Amino acid sequence: MAKIYSNASPKQHNLNPKDETIGFLLNYSKALSVINYNKLKFEALLN
Amino acid sequence: MKTELIQDAELVTNYINGNESALSVLIERHKQKIYSFIYSKVYDRDVTEDVFQDTFIKVIKTLKRGKYNEEGKFLPWVMRIAHNLVIDHFRKNKRMPKFHNTGEFSIFSVLSDSTLNAEKVLIKDQVETDVRRIIEELPEDQKQVLLMRMYQDMSFKEISERTGVSINTALGRMRYALINMRKVIEQNNIVLTN
Repeated sequence: MAKIYSNASPKQHNLNPKDETIGFLLNYSKALSVINYNKLKFEALLN
Repeated sequence: MKTELIQDAELVTNYINGNESALSVLIERHKQKIYSFIYSKVYDRDVTEDVFQDTFIKVIKTLKRGKYNEEGKFLPWVMRIAHNLVIDHFRKNKRMPKFHNTGEFSIFSVLSDSTLNAEKVLIKDQVETDVRRIIEELPEDQKQVLLMRMYQDMSFKEISERTGVSINTALGRMRYALINMRKVIEQNNIVLTN
């Protein structure tokens, strides 16, 4: 019987993003505001 | 399942109406699924982190611009954005392949200074002079074809037109030119390596 030389890729469960990434996204969301002006939309990023 | 979908839709509406904490709940609820999905495609934690972040930046922008119109299908929508960004990542990587430095492998084995040093320049000049000398020894018709092909970069069709012989004759002369050159090199033990 032929040998299988490849290893089964380890199954990774419960993969989660870093807390910093989540923090960045929440802060980004708070800082971003979209201004509507005559059918135009402007993005403003407030720090 | 249905309750969760309704909740997602509600959270999205709340978020669009200015409730920032709704986004936090949405991310918290779906982060593992989305993150694992991206990881299953790219197999790199750093890239996964980047794609995950870009996915939600797109989600945030779309929601804030009021362009989201798939109520009740929040997760499939986010998954589709993630999927498109994964494809973008692979497209970008194809244009610009990345070398991974995994301890044993050093990037400097791939990157090298391709400019020749003084010794190599001398050897290259010597080799080129030797080759020129051998070419000079060839019969005139063979020499002519070889010079046109190798130094003037002409096609065999052009050579045949210029010399007034058929393409087959030009090909034959080239073949004999190379055979004769190899013979001379072997007979005289000439080393032509850089």
